[in-house]
Amino acid sequence: MSDVVIRVESLGKKYRIRHQGARKYVALRDVVVDKFAAAIRWVRDKRRSGNGSRSPGLLPQMPTPASREDFWALKDVSFEVKQGEVVGIIGRNGAGKSTLLKILSRITEPTVGRVHLEGRVSSLLEVGTGFHPELTGRENIFLNGAILGMTRAEIKKKFDEIVAFAEVERFLDTPVKWYSSGMYVRLAFAVAAHLEPEILIVDEVLAVGDAEFQKKCLGKMQDVSRGGRTVLFVSHDMGNVTKLCERGILLSAGKVEFQGEVIALVTQYQKAAIPQSGYADLTQLSDRTGSADAQFLSVELMRGSVRESAFAFGSSMTVRTTIKVLKPLGNAHIAVAILSSDGIPVHSLENSNEGMIWSAEVGEYAFEIVLSKVQLFPGEYIIDLWLGDAQRARVDYVRAALAFHVLQTSESGLSLSLHRRDGLVFAPSQWKWTPNATNS
Amino acid sequence: MRERAVACPLPKFSVHLGTEELVGNVANDFEMQKLIIEPGRAEKNYWRDLWRYRELFYFLAWRDILVRYKQTVVGVAWAVIQPFLTTVVFTIIFSRLAKLPHPIGVPYALLVMAAQLPWQFFSSSLSGSSNSLIGNANLISKVYFPRLVVPAGSVITSFVDFLITLGLMALMMVWYRFAPDWRVLTLPLFVGLSFAASFGAGLWLSALNVEYRDFRYIIPFIVQLGLYVSPVGFSSSIVPPKWRLVYSLNPMVGVIDGFRWALLRGQSPLWWPGMLTCMLVTSGLCLGGIWCFRRMERTFADVI
Repeated sequence: MSDVVIRVESLGKKYRIRHQGARKYVALRDVVVDKFAAAIRWVRDKRRSGNGSRSPGLLPQMPTPASREDFWALKDVSFEVKQGEVVGIIGRNGAGKSTLLKILSRITEPTVGRVHLEGRVSSLLEVGTGFHPELTGRENIFLNGAILGMTRAEIKKKFDEIVAFAEVERFLDTPVKWYSSGMYVRLAFAVAAHLEPEILIVDEVLAVGDAEFQKKCLGKMQDVSRGGRTVLFVSHDMGNVTKLCERGILLSAGKVEFQGEVIALVTQYQKAAIPQSGYADLTQLSDRTGSADAQFLSVELMRGSVRESAFAFGSSMTVRTTIKVLKPLGNAHIAVAILSSDGIPVHSLENSNEGMIWSAEVGEYAFEIVLSKVQLFPGEYIIDLWLGDAQRARVDYVRAALAFHVLQTSESGLSLSLHRRDGLVFAPSQWKWTPNATNS
Repeated sequence: MRERAVACPLPKFSVHLGTEELVGNVANDFEMQKLIIEPGRAEKNYWRDLWRYRELFYFLAWRDILVRYKQTVVGVAWAVIQPFLTTVVFTIIFSRLAKLPHPIGVPYALLVMAAQLPWQFFSSSLSGSSNSLIGNANLISKVYFPRLVVPAGSVITSFVDFLITLGLMALMMVWYRFAPDWRVLTLPLFVGLSFAASFGAGLWLSALNVEYRDFRYIIPFIVQLGLYVSPVGFSSSIVPPKWRLVYSLNPMVGVIDGFRWALLRGQSPLWWPGMLTCMLVTSGLCLGGIWCFRRMERTFADVI
């Protein structure tokens, strides 16, 4: 028990969802109106029961106040983390990862259950929390540090280190609004990385910055864990999870679906998360982002006219997707992205790149995109769907809508020696040989 | 995405915080700690955490002041122009046009200015702190700290303006060759009282503002109305005696009377029943504000 630093016991968090969609916030106006309506109803009911003559059903019913429904973002979650462990938390959007992190970092209270934490907790749910664009880099370091719980003396002590790590020496006295996004993120991460908590909670912050800086961040996180500190790491990037963590927890619909060794975890995640059948109904999917002025309804993979989820190398593949447009978008952009199972983007098939212009008016549409030859190395691939308006602002984005396999055999049945460790995309090449004349 | 050029020429500001200027609490009291999170548990750690995050008060206020003076051209001058013009206008309207009575020997402008001091502080704290939680929504949904820091920080920001206005008051006293007497030493007491009133009312409004988003439309109205129901432009002695106690339920009445008494050589006398009422109302406002804030605070991150 001594080396367990995080113990979560049947934790649950309940939210109330309101079903009156448009009402995002409670307005005093509405509360007053609701109360008033209730009062009128009450008075009327009184009078009615007093008369006793009319049946209650005859009077028109007042609309009932916004109906509510309880929603458990987390339910019965229990796990333990030992000191010095780096534990990954994965799950699709809406699985409860963020809620779990928010509870652990005390931003919000749980509804039931308890958590024991031993040691100072720092959470990084976002880089650059509290950064103010008008303030200079120097000022923001102090502000951000204080917000993350450092004292002035501590920040002062680490100031030079932070600046060196972020590589922004020259721009220290420049307001961060003039920083490039890369510099901004570097500075923000640098402050956070120099916190010295016993328990560090990190949410997807590595998804930002250029590749080199990401590497640096990963390195820093590894240092943190080597220093005997405990790290909880939430990510969508399975590559980083496997690199950093030994163990992980898979959340699904607010429950712990799997916990254990990281490779098994990632496999489980990919199995569980992505439909493999060659068809996905997306109408009920909540795990999506964008303005929702139009949405993907379904996606289907076909060879010829037959639904298929495994494709022979070199065969043709047809992606069929249906879209419902609720507001006219102008010349919309559709992208079908193909990613390798560890998240590396391989192809992005876009209508605009093929010269197809689609002016999206209100209605439902079906698209067929034909990839004449699938020349990917055998293995599992994932399809993301993206829809943008004329300005390429995101309208709907579905991550990992569907998965498919590329088989080891070619269409003609020839077995190929293509292995994922050697590459991703097959490039046809011409080979010939002749005896080397100069040597003979 | 935020993609901007770095090369833009920048105005240089003299207000900047160098590392060398930062001397202060070295105490690192984040000792190894055990923490239990469970429903309703926050209560127990709250006041300890508030102490632990005390530097955040300072940083948030410092940020607000810095940003404000960087964003507006007039900057510091704004804190002076506003009360000065109000004083001029009120003096003309209430003294010259309405011919309201005022204590003999005290220029009307000083009478107004002495009331402007706490009133400006109160009203700017009110509007500042009521918006503070919404304005810092990104902080509240991403980092833990006692939320009380946010509205308190914005009251402190208004307090800085108050100090600037106090300087203006001093200048005006020199201009009118009006020297305060020993009573001025009691001023900190009334400053404390106005601080408590501002903080208490600010807490109420900031919490309600998160809960009911249309509350912010009411606040400018409260502030505007408050200016007329508080004795800013006139002396509270013109209120009929039988109504005076009721009138004193407005906490600013006592605070303003106190300021005038302390700053103007006691020429506008202190009315003790009113003063006591003011203290009672203020402490009620403060305690109630803390209670209300604490109660609503738990759900801030969920509703903001």
